[in-house]
Amino acid sequence: MEVASARQYEPVIGLEIHVQLATDTKMFCGCELSFGLDPNTRTCPVCLGHPGVLPVPNRRAIEFGLMIGLALGCEIAPRSIFHRKNYFYPDNPKAFQISQYDVPLCSGGELAGVRVHRAHLEEDAAKLVHAGESGRIHGAEASVVDFNRAGTPLVEIVTEPDIHSAAEAAEWARLLRETLRALGVSDVNMDEGSLRVDGNVSIRPAGEATLGVKTELKNMNSFRFLERGLDAEIARQEGILREGGQVEQETLHFDNRTGALSSLRSKEEAHDYRYFPEPDLVPIAPTEAMIEMARAAIPELPLARAERFERDHDLPADSARLLAFRGEQGDFFEAALAVSPSDPRTLANYVVNDVPPGSAATPEAVAKLVDLIGAGTVSRGAAKEVLEVLAAEGGDPEQIVADRGLGAAGGDELGAIVDQAIAENAGAVEKIREGKDQAIGAIVGAVMRQTKGRADGGEVQKLIRERIGA
Amino acid sequence: MGRTLFCGAVIDREQVNHVARLARLRLTDEQAEQMAAELSKVLDHIEKMGELDLADVAPTSHVVELENVLREDEARPSWPRDRMLAEAPDADAEGFRVPSPGS
Repeated sequence: MEVASARQYEPVIGLEIHVQLATDTKMFCGCELSFGLDPNTRTCPVCLGHPGVLPVPNRRAIEFGLMIGLALGCEIAPRSIFHRKNYFYPDNPKAFQISQYDVPLCSGGELAGVRVHRAHLEEDAAKLVHAGESGRIHGAEASVVDFNRAGTPLVEIVTEPDIHSAAEAAEWARLLRETLRALGVSDVNMDEGSLRVDGNVSIRPAGEATLGVKTELKNMNSFRFLERGLDAEIARQEGILREGGQVEQETLHFDNRTGALSSLRSKEEAHDYRYFPEPDLVPIAPTEAMIEMARAAIPELPLARAERFERDHDLPADSARLLAFRGEQGDFFEAALAVSPSDPRTLANYVVNDVPPGSAATPEAVAKLVDLIGAGTVSRGAAKEVLEVLAAEGGDPEQIVADRGLGAAGGDELGAIVDQAIAENAGAVEKIREGKDQAIGAIVGAVMRQTKGRADGGEVQKLIRERIGA
Repeated sequence: MGRTLFCGAVIDREQVNHVARLARLRLTDEQAEQMAAELSKVLDHIEKMGELDLADVAPTSHVVELENVLREDEARPSWPRDRMLAEAPDADAEGFRVPSPGS
Protein backbone atom coordinates (compact mmCIF):
# COMPACT_ATOMS: atom_id res chain seq x y z
CA MET A 1 0.00 0.00 0.00
CA GLU A 2 1.19 3.47 -0.82
CA VAL A 3 2.16 5.56 2.15
CA ALA A 4 0.38 8.91 2.10
CA SER A 5 3.38 10.83 3.39
CA ALA A 6 5.57 9.67 0.50
CA ARG A 7 3.05 10.64 -2.12
CA GLN A 8 3.79 13.43 -4.58
CA TYR A 9 1.03 15.97 -5.03
CA GLU A 10 0.29 18.14 -8.03
CA PRO A 11 -1.33 21.54 -7.46
CA VAL A 12 -4.17 22.51 -9.77
CA ILE A 13 -4.81 26.25 -9.95
CA GLY A 14 -7.36 28.37 -11.74
CA LEU A 15 -7.48 32.15 -11.49
CA GLU A 16 -10.34 34.63 -11.33
CA ILE A 17 -9.34 38.14 -12.20
CA HIS A 18 -11.48 41.20 -11.67
CA VAL A 19 -10.47 44.11 -13.88
CA GLN A 20 -11.82 47.60 -13.29
CA LEU A 21 -12.32 49.18 -16.66
CA ALA A 22 -10.79 52.59 -17.34
CA THR A 23 -13.97 54.21 -18.56
CA ASP A 24 -14.89 57.75 -17.56
CA THR A 25 -18.17 56.74 -16.00
CA LYS A 26 -19.82 53.86 -14.18
CA MET A 27 -21.25 50.75 -15.80
CA PHE A 28 -24.94 51.70 -15.67
CA CYS A 29 -25.06 55.41 -14.83
CA GLY A 30 -23.27 58.63 -15.68
CA CYS A 31 -21.46 59.05 -12.34
CA GLU A 32 -17.76 59.67 -12.86
CA LEU A 33 -15.28 56.99 -11.79
CA SER A 34 -13.03 58.13 -9.00
CA PHE A 35 -10.35 56.89 -6.71
CA GLY A 36 -9.53 58.53 -3.41
CA LEU A 37 -12.24 61.20 -3.60
CA ASP A 38 -14.37 62.14 -0.62
CA PRO A 39 -16.76 59.31 0.22
CA ASN A 40 -20.14 59.29 -1.51
CA THR A 41 -19.48 62.24 -3.79
CA ARG A 42 -19.98 60.18 -6.97
CA THR A 43 -23.41 58.63 -6.52
CA CYS A 44 -26.88 58.91 -7.96
CA PRO A 45 -30.19 57.08 -7.60
CA VAL A 46 -29.06 54.43 -10.13
CA CYS A 47 -25.84 53.35 -8.40
CA LEU A 48 -27.53 53.66 -5.00
CA GLY A 49 -30.22 51.27 -6.17
CA HIS A 50 -33.22 53.50 -5.61
CA PRO A 51 -36.56 52.05 -6.69
CA GLY A 52 -37.75 52.80 -10.21
CA VAL A 53 -34.41 53.74 -11.75
CA LEU A 54 -33.30 52.41 -15.11
CA PRO A 55 -29.70 51.26 -15.61
CA VAL A 56 -28.23 51.75 -19.11
CA PRO A 57 -24.94 50.04 -20.06
CA ASN A 58 -21.87 52.09 -20.87
CA ARG A 59 -20.97 51.65 -24.55
CA ARG A 60 -17.25 51.94 -23.94
CA ALA A 61 -17.38 49.28 -21.21
CA ILE A 62 -18.94 46.90 -23.73
CA GLU A 63 -16.23 47.85 -26.22
CA PHE A 64 -13.50 47.19 -23.64
CA GLY A 65 -15.13 43.86 -22.84
CA LEU A 66 -15.04 42.94 -26.51
CA MET A 67 -11.40 43.99 -26.79
CA ILE A 68 -10.46 41.82 -23.83
CA GLY A 69 -12.37 38.87 -25.25
CA LEU A 70 -10.79 39.21 -28.68
CA ALA A 71 -7.30 39.69 -27.24
CA LEU A 72 -7.74 36.46 -25.27
CA GLY A 73 -8.96 34.60 -28.33
CA CYS A 74 -12.48 34.18 -26.94
CA GLU A 75 -15.64 33.63 -28.86
CA ILE A 76 -17.99 36.59 -28.65
CA ALA A 77 -21.56 35.64 -27.79
CA PRO A 78 -23.95 36.70 -30.57
CA ARG A 79 -26.46 37.65 -27.90
CA SER A 80 -25.37 38.10 -24.34
CA ILE A 81 -27.59 38.98 -21.39
CA PHE A 82 -27.22 40.37 -17.89
CA HIS A 83 -28.40 38.57 -14.78
CA ARG A 84 -29.14 39.60 -11.25
CA LYS A 85 -26.97 37.85 -8.70
CA ASN A 86 -28.89 38.14 -5.48
CA TYR A 87 -27.27 38.55 -2.09
CA PHE A 88 -27.68 40.70 0.98
CA TYR A 89 -24.61 42.61 1.99
CA PRO A 90 -24.22 46.29 2.76
CA ASP A 91 -21.73 46.80 -0.08
CA ASN A 92 -24.63 46.40 -2.48
CA PRO A 93 -27.73 48.53 -1.96
CA LYS A 94 -29.90 46.73 -4.52
CA ALA A 95 -29.38 43.37 -2.79
CA PHE A 96 -28.22 42.08 -6.14
CA GLN A 97 -25.22 42.63 -8.36
CA ILE A 98 -25.76 43.00 -12.09
CA SER A 99 -23.51 40.38 -13.61
CA GLN A 100 -23.60 37.81 -16.36
CA TYR A 101 -24.44 34.19 -15.85
CA ASP A 102 -25.08 31.58 -18.52
CA VAL A 103 -24.43 33.76 -21.57
CA PRO A 104 -21.27 35.75 -20.87
CA LEU A 105 -20.02 38.23 -23.45
CA CYS A 106 -16.84 36.20 -24.10
CA SER A 107 -16.03 32.52 -23.63
CA GLY A 108 -13.50 29.88 -24.52
CA GLY A 109 -10.18 31.68 -25.08
CA GLU A 110 -6.53 31.01 -24.40
CA LEU A 111 -3.45 32.96 -23.37
CA ALA A 112 0.03 31.43 -23.26
CA GLY A 113 -1.19 27.88 -22.79
CA VAL A 114 -3.82 28.68 -20.13
CA ARG A 115 -7.38 28.35 -21.33
CA VAL A 116 -9.78 31.14 -20.56
CA HIS A 117 -13.16 29.80 -19.52
CA ARG A 118 -15.03 33.08 -19.82
CA ALA A 119 -14.83 36.85 -19.53
CA HIS A 120 -17.98 38.67 -18.52
CA LEU A 121 -19.15 42.13 -17.57
CA GLU A 122 -20.42 43.15 -14.17
CA GLU A 123 -20.46 46.02 -11.70
CA ASP A 124 -18.22 46.57 -8.70
CA ALA A 125 -19.56 46.79 -5.16
CA ALA A 126 -19.27 49.68 -2.73
CA LYS A 127 -16.52 49.96 -0.18
CA LEU A 128 -17.16 49.26 3.47
CA VAL A 129 -15.19 51.30 5.93
CA HIS A 130 -15.23 49.67 9.33
CA ALA A 131 -15.18 51.53 12.56
CA GLY A 132 -11.95 50.62 14.29
CA GLU A 133 -10.56 49.85 10.85
CA SER A 134 -8.42 46.76 11.11
CA GLY A 135 -8.68 45.73 7.52
CA ARG A 136 -10.82 42.81 8.54
CA ILE A 137 -14.53 42.39 8.74
CA HIS A 138 -14.70 40.67 12.09
CA GLY A 139 -14.76 42.69 15.24
CA ALA A 140 -15.95 46.06 14.00
CA GLU A 141 -19.30 47.18 15.40
CA ALA A 142 -20.48 49.68 12.87
CA SER A 143 -19.49 50.27 9.30
CA VAL A 144 -19.83 53.18 6.93
CA VAL A 145 -20.48 52.55 3.26
CA ASP A 146 -18.80 54.59 0.53
CA PHE A 147 -20.62 54.13 -2.76
CA ASN A 148 -18.13 55.94 -5.01
CA ARG A 149 -16.87 52.58 -6.26
CA ALA A 150 -20.33 51.01 -6.54
CA GLY A 151 -21.20 50.43 -10.17
CA THR A 152 -17.65 50.68 -11.54
CA PRO A 153 -17.49 48.52 -14.67
CA LEU A 154 -15.67 45.25 -14.16
CA VAL A 155 -14.66 42.44 -16.42
CA GLU A 156 -14.26 39.16 -14.63
CA ILE A 157 -11.89 36.75 -16.36
CA VAL A 158 -12.02 33.10 -15.28
CA THR A 159 -9.38 30.61 -16.36
CA GLU A 160 -9.62 26.86 -16.59
CA PRO A 161 -7.59 25.01 -13.92
CA ASP A 162 -4.57 24.77 -16.22
CA ILE A 163 -1.90 26.13 -13.90
CA HIS A 164 0.27 23.82 -11.83
CA SER A 165 2.44 25.96 -9.58
CA ALA A 166 2.24 29.21 -7.67
CA ALA A 167 5.14 30.64 -9.66
CA GLU A 168 3.42 29.80 -12.93
CA ALA A 169 0.23 31.45 -11.67
CA ALA A 170 2.08 34.67 -10.82
CA GLU A 171 3.89 34.69 -14.16
CA TRP A 172 0.66 34.16 -16.07
CA ALA A 173 -1.12 36.85 -14.10
CA ARG A 174 1.76 39.21 -14.97
CA LEU A 175 1.32 38.44 -18.63
CA LEU A 176 -2.41 39.02 -18.35
CA ARG A 177 -1.83 42.36 -16.64
CA GLU A 178 0.59 43.47 -19.38
CA THR A 179 -1.91 42.36 -21.99
CA LEU A 180 -4.64 44.43 -20.32
CA ARG A 181 -2.26 47.36 -19.93
CA ALA A 182 -1.37 47.20 -23.62
CA LEU A 183 -5.07 47.15 -24.47
CA GLY A 184 -5.52 50.31 -22.44
CA VAL A 185 -8.74 49.01 -20.93
CA SER A 186 -7.68 49.31 -17.28
CA ASP A 187 -5.18 51.00 -14.96
CA VAL A 188 -4.28 47.46 -13.80
CA ASN A 189 -3.10 48.90 -10.51
CA MET A 190 -3.18 46.14 -7.90
CA ASP A 191 -2.56 48.51 -4.98
CA GLU A 192 -5.64 50.51 -5.84
CA GLY A 193 -7.67 47.40 -6.58
CA SER A 194 -8.17 47.99 -10.29
CA LEU A 195 -6.77 44.48 -10.82
CA ARG A 196 -7.76 41.83 -8.28
CA VAL A 197 -6.70 38.22 -8.48
CA ASP A 198 -8.34 35.32 -6.65
CA GLY A 199 -7.00 31.81 -6.87
CA ASN A 200 -8.83 28.49 -6.83
CA VAL A 201 -6.50 25.81 -5.54
CA SER A 202 -6.71 22.07 -5.13
CA ILE A 203 -4.11 19.37 -5.07
CA ARG A 204 -4.21 15.77 -6.21
CA PRO A 205 -1.82 12.83 -6.21
CA ALA A 206 0.51 13.35 -9.17
CA GLY A 207 -0.72 11.57 -12.24
CA GLU A 208 -4.35 11.43 -11.19
CA ALA A 209 -7.02 12.97 -13.38
CA THR A 210 -9.76 13.73 -10.85
CA LEU A 211 -9.63 17.09 -9.15
CA GLY A 212 -9.35 17.45 -5.40
CA VAL A 213 -11.53 19.70 -3.23
CA LYS A 214 -10.71 23.33 -3.98
CA THR A 215 -10.45 26.39 -1.84
CA GLU A 216 -10.65 29.98 -2.96
CA LEU A 217 -7.97 32.44 -1.97
CA LYS A 218 -8.76 36.14 -1.83
CA ASN A 219 -6.94 39.39 -1.18
CA MET A 220 -3.63 38.79 -2.87
CA ASN A 221 -2.91 42.33 -3.98
CA SER A 222 0.47 41.82 -5.59
CA PHE A 223 2.03 39.12 -7.72
CA ARG A 224 4.49 38.34 -4.96
CA PHE A 225 1.64 37.85 -2.48
CA LEU A 226 -0.27 35.82 -5.05
CA GLU A 227 2.65 33.44 -5.29
CA ARG A 228 3.20 33.34 -1.54
CA GLY A 229 -0.50 32.87 -0.81
CA LEU A 230 -0.86 30.03 -3.29
CA ASP A 231 2.29 28.35 -2.01
CA ALA A 232 1.02 28.61 1.58
CA GLU A 233 -2.33 27.13 0.60
CA ILE A 234 -0.75 24.29 -1.39
CA ALA A 235 1.42 23.47 1.63
CA ARG A 236 -1.61 23.62 3.96
CA GLN A 237 -3.61 21.24 1.77
CA GLU A 238 -0.67 18.85 1.49
CA GLY A 239 -0.33 18.83 5.26
CA ILE A 240 -4.01 17.93 5.66
CA LEU A 241 -3.90 15.13 3.10
CA ARG A 242 -0.66 13.67 4.44
CA GLU A 243 -2.24 13.37 7.85
CA GLY A 244 -5.16 11.54 6.30
CA GLY A 245 -7.56 14.49 6.56
CA GLN A 246 -9.84 16.08 4.04
CA VAL A 247 -9.66 19.56 2.56
CA GLU A 248 -12.80 21.55 3.22
CA GLN A 249 -14.26 23.74 0.49
CA GLU A 250 -14.02 27.30 1.76
CA THR A 251 -12.92 30.82 0.99
CA LEU A 252 -9.69 31.92 2.57
CA HIS A 253 -8.23 35.32 3.28
CA PHE A 254 -4.47 35.67 2.89
CA ASP A 255 -2.81 38.05 5.32
CA ASN A 256 -0.02 39.77 3.42
CA ARG A 257 1.87 40.71 6.54
CA THR A 258 1.86 37.46 8.46
CA GLY A 259 1.43 35.06 5.56
CA ALA A 260 -1.43 33.43 7.48
CA LEU A 261 -4.56 32.02 5.88
CA SER A 262 -7.91 32.38 7.60
CA SER A 263 -11.42 31.33 6.71
CA LEU A 264 -13.81 34.07 5.56
CA ARG A 265 -17.44 33.93 6.44
CA SER A 266 -19.46 33.46 3.29
CA LYS A 267 -21.67 36.25 1.99
CA GLU A 268 -24.65 34.01 1.57
CA GLU A 269 -25.55 30.60 2.83
CA ALA A 270 -24.48 27.98 0.32
CA HIS A 271 -23.96 30.72 -2.31
CA ASP A 272 -27.55 30.46 -3.37
CA TYR A 273 -27.51 33.50 -5.62
CA ARG A 274 -30.82 32.84 -7.40
CA TYR A 275 -29.62 34.29 -10.70
CA PHE A 276 -32.32 35.48 -13.02
CA PRO A 277 -32.26 37.62 -16.18
CA GLU A 278 -32.05 41.35 -15.42
CA PRO A 279 -35.37 42.62 -16.76
CA ASP A 280 -34.20 46.25 -16.94
CA LEU A 281 -31.36 45.57 -19.38
CA VAL A 282 -31.91 44.36 -22.92
CA PRO A 283 -29.49 41.88 -24.53
CA ILE A 284 -26.12 42.89 -25.91
CA ALA A 285 -25.85 41.59 -29.46
CA PRO A 286 -22.46 42.78 -30.72
CA THR A 287 -22.79 43.85 -34.34
CA GLU A 288 -20.13 43.23 -36.95
CA ALA A 289 -19.27 46.92 -36.73
CA MET A 290 -18.87 46.79 -32.93
CA ILE A 291 -16.60 43.75 -33.15
CA GLU A 292 -14.50 45.23 -35.96
CA MET A 293 -14.11 48.45 -34.03
CA ALA A 294 -12.92 46.54 -30.98
CA ARG A 295 -10.56 44.44 -33.08
CA ALA A 296 -9.08 47.51 -34.74
CA ALA A 297 -8.41 49.06 -31.33
CA ILE A 298 -6.19 46.17 -30.23
CA PRO A 299 -2.50 47.14 -30.38
CA GLU A 300 0.48 44.79 -30.42
CA LEU A 301 0.14 42.54 -27.37
CA PRO A 302 2.96 41.32 -25.13
CA LEU A 303 3.11 37.81 -26.59
CA ALA A 304 3.42 39.20 -30.11
CA ARG A 305 5.92 41.77 -28.86
CA ALA A 306 8.10 39.00 -27.38
CA GLU A 307 8.03 37.18 -30.71
CA ARG A 308 9.00 40.36 -32.51
CA PHE A 309 11.91 41.04 -30.13
CA GLU A 310 13.12 37.50 -30.70
CA ARG A 311 12.71 37.64 -34.46
CA ASP A 312 13.76 41.19 -35.33
CA HIS A 313 16.41 41.83 -32.71
CA ASP A 314 17.75 38.32 -32.33
CA LEU A 315 17.12 38.27 -28.58
CA PRO A 316 17.13 35.01 -26.60
CA ALA A 317 13.55 33.91 -25.91
CA ASP A 318 13.99 34.54 -22.16
CA SER A 319 15.05 38.17 -22.49
CA ALA A 320 12.46 38.79 -25.18
CA ARG A 321 9.68 37.59 -22.85
CA LEU A 322 11.08 39.38 -19.81
CA LEU A 323 11.08 42.65 -21.72
CA ALA A 324 7.72 42.18 -23.44
CA PHE A 325 5.91 40.93 -20.33
CA ARG A 326 7.12 43.89 -18.30
CA GLY A 327 5.85 46.60 -20.56
CA GLU A 328 7.78 49.42 -18.94
CA GLN A 329 11.06 47.63 -19.54
CA GLY A 330 10.00 46.76 -23.07
CA ASP A 331 9.36 50.46 -23.73
CA PHE A 332 12.73 51.36 -22.19
CA PHE A 333 14.43 48.80 -24.43
CA GLU A 334 12.74 50.09 -27.57
CA ALA A 335 13.49 53.71 -26.72
CA ALA A 336 17.18 52.86 -26.19
CA LEU A 337 17.26 50.70 -29.31
CA ALA A 338 16.03 53.65 -31.36
CA VAL A 339 19.15 55.54 -30.27
CA SER A 340 21.60 52.64 -30.57
CA PRO A 341 20.44 49.77 -32.76
CA SER A 342 23.86 48.12 -33.09
CA ASP A 343 23.84 45.59 -30.24
CA PRO A 344 20.31 44.68 -29.11
CA ARG A 345 21.46 41.67 -27.08
CA THR A 346 23.77 43.68 -24.84
CA LEU A 347 21.15 46.39 -24.56
CA ALA A 348 18.44 43.87 -23.62
CA ASN A 349 20.74 42.30 -21.09
CA TYR A 350 21.35 45.66 -19.40
CA VAL A 351 17.67 46.63 -19.40
CA VAL A 352 16.66 43.28 -17.89
CA ASN A 353 19.43 43.05 -15.29
CA ASP A 354 20.92 46.43 -14.54
CA VAL A 355 18.44 49.26 -14.84
CA PRO A 356 15.28 48.27 -12.98
CA PRO A 357 12.10 50.27 -13.63
CA GLY A 358 12.24 53.48 -11.65
CA SER A 359 16.04 53.68 -11.71
CA ALA A 360 17.70 56.98 -12.60
CA ALA A 361 19.03 55.73 -15.94
CA THR A 362 17.49 57.04 -19.14
CA PRO A 363 17.16 54.95 -22.32
CA GLU A 364 19.47 57.44 -24.09
CA ALA A 365 22.23 56.98 -21.49
CA VAL A 366 22.10 53.19 -21.62
CA ALA A 367 22.11 53.33 -25.43
CA LYS A 368 25.15 55.59 -25.35
CA LEU A 369 26.95 53.18 -23.04
CA VAL A 370 26.34 50.35 -25.48
CA ASP A 371 27.83 52.52 -28.22
CA LEU A 372 30.90 53.20 -26.05
CA ILE A 373 31.38 49.45 -25.64
CA GLY A 374 30.96 48.95 -29.37
CA ALA A 375 33.61 51.58 -30.05
CA GLY A 376 36.01 49.92 -27.62
CA THR A 377 36.04 52.98 -25.38
CA VAL A 378 34.70 51.05 -22.38
CA SER A 379 35.17 47.37 -21.57
CA ARG A 380 32.19 45.19 -20.68
CA GLY A 381 33.55 44.83 -17.16
CA ALA A 382 33.84 48.57 -16.62
CA ALA A 383 30.42 49.07 -18.22
CA LYS A 384 28.87 47.25 -15.25
CA GLU A 385 30.25 49.93 -12.96
CA VAL A 386 28.94 52.67 -15.23
CA LEU A 387 25.51 50.98 -15.13
CA GLU A 388 25.52 51.01 -11.34
CA VAL A 389 26.15 54.73 -11.37
CA LEU A 390 23.53 55.28 -14.07
CA ALA A 391 20.93 53.29 -12.13
CA ALA A 392 21.63 55.07 -8.85
CA GLU A 393 22.33 58.62 -9.96
CA GLY A 394 21.66 58.89 -13.67
CA GLY A 395 23.96 61.06 -15.74
CA ASP A 396 25.95 60.79 -18.91
CA PRO A 397 27.99 57.59 -19.41
CA GLU A 398 30.87 59.38 -21.14
CA GLN A 399 31.18 61.77 -18.22
CA ILE A 400 30.99 58.92 -15.71
CA VAL A 401 33.77 57.08 -17.57
CA ALA A 402 35.95 60.20 -17.58
CA ASP A 403 35.26 61.10 -13.92
CA ARG A 404 36.00 57.65 -12.60
CA GLY A 405 38.84 56.68 -14.90
CA LEU A 406 36.88 53.77 -16.31
CA GLY A 407 38.09 54.18 -19.89
CA ALA A 408 39.27 50.99 -21.53
CA ALA A 409 42.87 50.11 -20.92
CA GLY A 410 44.56 49.94 -24.30
CA GLY A 411 47.66 50.81 -26.28
CA ASP A 412 50.96 50.95 -24.45
CA GLU A 413 49.36 50.83 -21.02
CA LEU A 414 47.60 47.54 -21.77
CA GLY A 415 50.66 46.17 -23.62
CA ALA A 416 52.85 46.71 -20.57
CA ILE A 417 50.32 45.07 -18.26
CA VAL A 418 50.03 42.06 -20.58
CA ASP A 419 53.81 41.73 -20.73
CA GLN A 420 54.00 41.75 -16.96
CA ALA A 421 51.24 39.16 -16.63
CA ILE A 422 53.01 36.86 -19.09
CA ALA A 423 56.24 37.20 -17.17
CA GLU A 424 54.53 36.35 -13.89
CA ASN A 425 52.69 33.32 -15.30
CA ALA A 426 55.43 31.32 -16.97
CA GLY A 427 53.70 28.05 -16.04
CA ALA A 428 50.55 29.07 -17.86
CA VAL A 429 52.56 30.13 -20.92
CA GLU A 430 54.17 26.70 -20.97
CA LYS A 431 50.77 24.97 -20.83
CA ILE A 432 49.36 27.07 -23.67
CA ARG A 433 52.33 26.19 -25.83
CA GLU A 434 51.64 22.51 -25.01
CA GLY A 435 48.14 23.01 -26.41
CA LYS A 436 46.25 23.43 -23.12
CA ASP A 437 44.52 26.50 -24.36
CA GLN A 438 42.33 27.07 -21.32
CA ALA A 439 45.43 28.01 -19.35
CA ILE A 440 45.20 31.43 -20.99
CA GLY A 441 42.49 32.21 -18.45
CA ALA A 442 45.08 32.65 -15.71
CA ILE A 443 46.91 35.33 -17.68
CA VAL A 444 43.72 37.09 -18.76
CA GLY A 445 42.61 37.04 -15.12
CA ALA A 446 45.85 38.67 -14.03
CA VAL A 447 45.43 41.43 -16.61
CA MET A 448 41.83 42.00 -15.54
CA ARG A 449 42.84 42.29 -11.89
CA GLN A 450 45.55 44.74 -12.77
CA THR A 451 43.20 46.88 -14.91
CA LYS A 452 40.27 46.45 -12.54
CA GLY A 453 38.18 45.12 -15.39
CA ARG A 454 38.83 48.04 -17.72
CA ALA A 455 40.29 45.85 -20.45
CA ASP A 456 38.35 44.02 -23.13
CA GLY A 457 38.69 40.25 -22.66
CA GLY A 458 38.92 39.50 -26.39
CA GLU A 459 41.52 42.19 -26.91
CA VAL A 460 43.61 40.86 -23.99
CA GLN A 461 43.52 37.30 -25.35
CA LYS A 462 44.63 38.57 -28.75
CA LEU A 463 47.57 40.47 -27.24
CA ILE A 464 48.66 37.46 -25.17
CA ARG A 465 48.60 35.15 -28.18
CA GLU A 466 50.56 37.62 -30.31
CA ARG A 467 53.21 37.96 -27.65
CA ILE A 468 53.76 34.29 -26.87
CA GLY A 469 53.30 33.29 -30.50
CA ALA A 470 50.59 30.76 -29.76
CA MET B 1 -29.16 26.55 -7.64
CA GLY B 2 -29.00 22.80 -7.72
CA ARG B 3 -32.44 22.61 -6.15
CA THR B 4 -35.10 21.25 -8.44
CA LEU B 5 -38.30 23.16 -8.07
CA PHE B 6 -40.24 21.07 -10.52
CA CYS B 7 -40.57 17.88 -8.50
CA GLY B 8 -44.22 17.13 -9.02
CA ALA B 9 -44.91 20.81 -8.52
CA VAL B 10 -44.98 20.44 -4.79
CA ILE B 11 -43.21 23.02 -2.71
CA ASP B 12 -42.86 22.04 0.89
CA ARG B 13 -42.53 24.28 3.87
CA GLU B 14 -38.83 23.69 4.13
CA GLN B 15 -38.31 25.11 0.65
CA VAL B 16 -40.53 28.07 1.43
CA ASN B 17 -38.55 28.79 4.57
CA HIS B 18 -35.28 28.48 2.69
CA VAL B 19 -36.35 31.00 0.04
CA ALA B 20 -37.78 33.26 2.74
CA ARG B 21 -34.50 33.19 4.60
CA LEU B 22 -32.58 34.12 1.43
CA ALA B 23 -35.00 37.02 0.88
CA ARG B 24 -34.75 38.05 4.54
CA LEU B 25 -38.49 37.48 5.06
CA ARG B 26 -39.84 36.28 8.37
CA LEU B 27 -42.89 34.06 7.89
CA THR B 28 -45.18 32.65 10.51
CA ASP B 29 -45.97 28.93 10.29
CA GLU B 30 -49.37 29.74 8.84
CA GLN B 31 -47.85 32.03 6.23
CA ALA B 32 -45.29 29.41 5.26
CA GLU B 33 -48.05 26.85 4.92
CA GLN B 34 -50.08 29.21 2.79
CA MET B 35 -47.09 30.13 0.60
CA ALA B 36 -46.26 26.47 0.07
CA ALA B 37 -49.74 25.85 -1.25
CA GLU B 38 -49.80 28.98 -3.41
CA LEU B 39 -46.36 28.49 -4.88
CA SER B 40 -47.21 24.88 -5.66
CA LYS B 41 -50.17 26.12 -7.66
CA VAL B 42 -47.95 28.55 -9.56
CA LEU B 43 -45.61 25.72 -10.41
CA ASP B 44 -48.57 23.57 -11.49
CA HIS B 45 -49.40 26.28 -13.95
CA ILE B 46 -45.84 26.46 -15.25
CA GLU B 47 -45.75 22.70 -15.54
CA LYS B 48 -48.79 22.89 -17.76
CA MET B 49 -46.64 24.72 -20.30
CA GLY B 50 -44.48 21.62 -20.43
CA GLU B 51 -47.29 19.99 -22.40
CA LEU B 52 -46.56 22.32 -25.31
CA ASP B 53 -43.98 21.44 -27.93
CA LEU B 54 -41.52 24.31 -27.54
CA ALA B 55 -38.50 22.63 -29.13
CA ASP B 56 -38.18 25.38 -31.74
CA VAL B 57 -38.82 28.30 -29.42
CA ALA B 58 -35.81 30.12 -28.00
CA PRO B 59 -35.95 30.75 -24.26
CA THR B 60 -37.38 34.17 -23.58
CA SER B 61 -35.24 36.32 -21.32
CA HIS B 62 -36.90 39.59 -22.23
CA VAL B 63 -40.33 40.53 -23.41
CA VAL B 64 -39.35 43.57 -25.46
CA GLU B 65 -37.57 43.07 -28.75
CA LEU B 66 -34.78 45.53 -28.18
CA GLU B 67 -31.02 45.03 -28.28
CA ASN B 68 -27.91 47.12 -27.60
CA VAL B 69 -29.56 49.97 -25.76
CA LEU B 70 -26.40 51.72 -24.65
CA ARG B 71 -25.29 55.11 -23.42
CA GLU B 72 -22.15 57.01 -24.31
CA ASP B 73 -19.37 57.09 -21.73
CA GLU B 74 -20.07 60.68 -20.77
CA ALA B 75 -20.11 61.91 -17.21
CA ARG B 76 -23.20 63.46 -15.73
CA PRO B 77 -23.22 65.34 -12.45
CA SER B 78 -23.63 63.07 -9.46
CA TRP B 79 -26.18 63.93 -6.82
CA PRO B 80 -25.25 66.05 -3.81
CA ARG B 81 -24.04 63.88 -0.97
CA ASP B 82 -26.29 65.50 1.62
CA ARG B 83 -29.29 64.86 -0.58
CA MET B 84 -28.45 61.17 -0.95
CA LEU B 85 -27.50 60.67 2.70
CA ALA B 86 -30.81 62.22 3.71
CA GLU B 87 -32.55 59.14 2.29
CA ALA B 88 -30.66 56.80 4.60
CA PRO B 89 -32.07 55.44 7.84
CA ASP B 90 -28.67 56.11 9.41
CA ALA B 91 -25.75 58.20 8.21
CA ASP B 92 -22.79 60.20 9.41
CA ALA B 93 -21.45 63.29 7.64
CA GLU B 94 -19.78 61.31 4.88
CA GLY B 95 -21.42 57.95 4.55
CA PHE B 96 -24.19 55.48 5.11
CA ARG B 97 -23.97 53.82 8.49
CA VAL B 98 -24.81 50.14 8.62
CA PRO B 99 -24.54 47.46 11.26
CA SER B 100 -21.18 45.82 10.75
CA PRO B 101 -21.74 42.65 8.75
CA GLY B 102 -19.34 40.73 10.97
CA SER B 103 -20.76 41.68 14.36
